[in-house]
Amino acid sequence: MLLLTPPLAWFLFVYLAALAALFVSAFWQVNPFTTEIEHIWTFSNFTTIFQSSAYRSIALRTITIAALTTIADVILAFPFAYFMARIAGPKLRAMLFVLVLLPLWSSYLVRVYAWRQILDHDGILNWTLQKLGLPAANLAYSNTAVWLVFTYVWLPFMILPIYAALERIPDSMLEASSDLGARSWLTTRRIVLPLVLPGVIAGSIFTFSLTLGDYITPTLVGGAGSQFIGNVVFSSVGVANNIPFAAAFATIPLAIMAIYLVIARRLGAFEAL
Amino acid sequence: MRSIRRTHVLLVALAAALCVPAAGVGKTNGLPTSVGKGEGSLNLIAWEGYTQPQWVKPFETQTGCQVHAKYAGSSDEMVALMNQGGDSQYDLVSASGDASLRLIYSKLVQPVNVNLVPSYKDFGKTFQSPPNNTVKGVHYGISLQWGPNTLLYNTKLVKPVPTSWASIYSPTYKGKVTVPDNPIQIADAALYLSKTQPSLGITDPYELTSTQFNAAISLLKKQRPLIVKYWALASDEIDLFKNGDAVIGASWPYQLTTLKADKAPVADTIPKEGATGWLDTWMLSAKAPHPNCAYKWLAYISTPKVQAQQAVYYGETPVNSKACSYMDAISKGSCAQYHANAPLSYFSKIKFWKTPIATCDNGKNDCMSYTQWQQAWQQLKG
Repeated sequence: MLLLTPPLAWFLFVYLAALAALFVSAFWQVNPFTTEIEHIWTFSNFTTIFQSSAYRSIALRTITIAALTTIADVILAFPFAYFMARIAGPKLRAMLFVLVLLPLWSSYLVRVYAWRQILDHDGILNWTLQKLGLPAANLAYSNTAVWLVFTYVWLPFMILPIYAALERIPDSMLEASSDLGARSWLTTRRIVLPLVLPGVIAGSIFTFSLTLGDYITPTLVGGAGSQFIGNVVFSSVGVANNIPFAAAFATIPLAIMAIYLVIARRLGAFEAL
Repeated sequence: MRSIRRTHVLLVALAAALCVPAAGVGKTNGLPTSVGKGEGSLNLIAWEGYTQPQWVKPFETQTGCQVHAKYAGSSDEMVALMNQGGDSQYDLVSASGDASLRLIYSKLVQPVNVNLVPSYKDFGKTFQSPPNNTVKGVHYGISLQWGPNTLLYNTKLVKPVPTSWASIYSPTYKGKVTVPDNPIQIADAALYLSKTQPSLGITDPYELTSTQFNAAISLLKKQRPLIVKYWALASDEIDLFKNGDAVIGASWPYQLTTLKADKAPVADTIPKEGATGWLDTWMLSAKAPHPNCAYKWLAYISTPKVQAQQAVYYGETPVNSKACSYMDAISKGSCAQYHANAPLSYFSKIKFWKTPIATCDNGKNDCMSYTQWQQAWQQLKG
């Protein structure tokens, strides 16, 4: 018990207190004259958010891209993780592990900038398309570009939990399934997928919540209409020193994640944990 | 009564006797009248590139004040740093015009005695008491460098040569326009409207009533589909022009110089409607811990040679009118290139940034505040 006290205290004071402070400051406002925070209770931040169509569409855009990123990552990660966990030999598996983690060793910024070089008007992608005699793709500075980059940068966070879930499935289960006459597709659908679901949900919590909070990728590769929740939070604090408004807006991803976790629980994602 | 007054005077004298040797700054009317011995240290909040060794090292040798600089990424970060206790930690902040009034009204900076800065008398008239650092005749800092917000364009793809800001508001270059991602950009729209729609009665693009403000916002809303990207960093805009994603946009001289060095086909202009501009000011923190070193820095950074060094390094224009020949000595033609020798009439075309505040000079208190500018800008980008 005594040993548990320091981490528990840390959790209570640093972690939960910060969240509580965030929530409380969402109900304050800034003095428009000096931009100093005034400790007056008000719902004005929330009314601004709900009454403005711009903020609604920013939230909607963020959720849509987060969902599309998650779906794309699941589709890309599943076959890869399956190969790693169940087909590759130990040596190849170790090498694949390194390959999955390798991008995480380099700076996140460098990877996003690299994508900008690829997608630019005169970038690598269009250069290649031109050499092949194909029409240029105008992907640079658009929401498509943001989706592509998010899918790329969060992919390792999806592969690893799916891999872990796949690895835990005992071979005997798959053998039993085929002994009972199930073909590989039926086995995948009835045995593998339900057992992997917790891994997919764990991965999607990463990809989803990371996308909800990110502002760097939309800033660097996004276009004129690529404002995300993270950008609003960042510019409210960084540009206007309007911390109360930023706090109010930051409760949106919190609410979304809470709803998402409840749905995941309903789907039974945590039963197998 | 008399005895009370005497005690009062005695107390003040005592306090002064205690304070003056300690601080080393003689004061009348709250303003220091002389600069004492340096405290050995100077803490600055600065733009990156404003404290280069080539002019900081000689200062340190001359005065014994060791310079410690904290770089800020935006005007708002500067204000935030000062708000969070920086006013007692840092001595000076190189605030731009969109931040300086916020610092003044938040009482984070103190008045300075311009007579302690010998080069002040050589400053261009525009920069001695500009409204972004001088309020009711009280100077809250020493002007440093300035630059215009120009119209940058690709000389191969933009023809004829643009002469009006209309070219970034009309659909000719749809999808190839870029403007800064900064709420102060609303002032650029207001400046354009002040010339094209005189009935709105815009006289100062930073003091907008709600009608004028809404007109500027609706102009920017129409511009929104033309924009390829709102650039956040100067390097973003350089990339956009280099890669052909943008062919026209609002810019700074810095981007032009960099792009030209890369042999990109670009040029810039100040359109016929005029332009907005920024002016940076070294402002003295309200509780500056090293006031003597701060005054020594203000005097040093205002001298023509140092002004020229910084101007050429950063690509901006010195406020000291004597810096011109020093600039040409460092880089031939740079004085004319950055308009350091521009006549007074040139400045009537430049509207310098200042923080929009609710109480405008008309005394009617009906202007839009910076918080409203920022929220409108955010909603505009959607």
